[in-house]
Amino acid sequence: MAQTQSEIRYLTPLSVDKRKKKYCRFKRSGIKYIDYKDPEFLKKFLNEQGKILPRRITGTSLKYQRRVAKAVKRARHLALLPFVTDLMK
Amino acid sequence: MNKYETVFILTPVLSDDQMKEAVEKFKTVLTDNGATIVNEENWGLRKLAYPIQKKTTGFYNLLEFEAEPTIAAKLETAYRRDERVIRFLTFHLDKYAAEYAVKRRNKKAAAEQKPTEEPAEAPVAEVTNE
Repeated sequence: MAQTQSEIRYLTPLSVDKRKKKYCRFKRSGIKYIDYKDPEFLKKFLNEQGKILPRRITGTSLKYQRRVAKAVKRARHLALLPFVTDLMK
Repeated sequence: MNKYETVFILTPVLSDDQMKEAVEKFKTVLTDNGATIVNEENWGLRKLAYPIQKKTTGFYNLLEFEAEPTIAAKLETAYRRDERVIRFLTFHLDKYAAEYAVKRRNKKAAAEQKPTEEPAEAPVAEVTNE
């Protein structure tokens, strides 16, 4: 077993940093219009304080991020979503 | 003719008849100015996400209409003059929004034909998750 001596062996396989690539869900599923009337759906793009999550976290493309932001702001104006809150989820 | 959508929230102190009367009033404001109403929805009494004028609930109403651009300003002055309206939103539908609105209307019509009574929220969730 001269071969194994030189190799380092681990009990658990080393986790290679392979992050899943983020994608824009609107592009992938072909959603063209984001509805402000559906607060439950829009909550996917908010953190628990009700702030809009950045693109670097959700992976939304710029075009749809703008539309998400618009929909969220309309929903907030109509009191479908709060402007500020704690523990929304 | 452009397509517009408007949502307004009425105070919860109104009775059902008063509420319907207020909705009729805004519909006549639209039709008198040459608009055609495409769709109307009453979402009923809903809880607000935050208090508006110290009220925590409100009657939500949605109207879709086709009209000339000048009408939106007239409608909004009518909203501002009416004390029963606590919040309103009017905007122009772009082509994607118009497509979506048609889909939503058809879905609603299909849901109404069947005996299954569903609130306005349910079809929306289905569409957006497609």
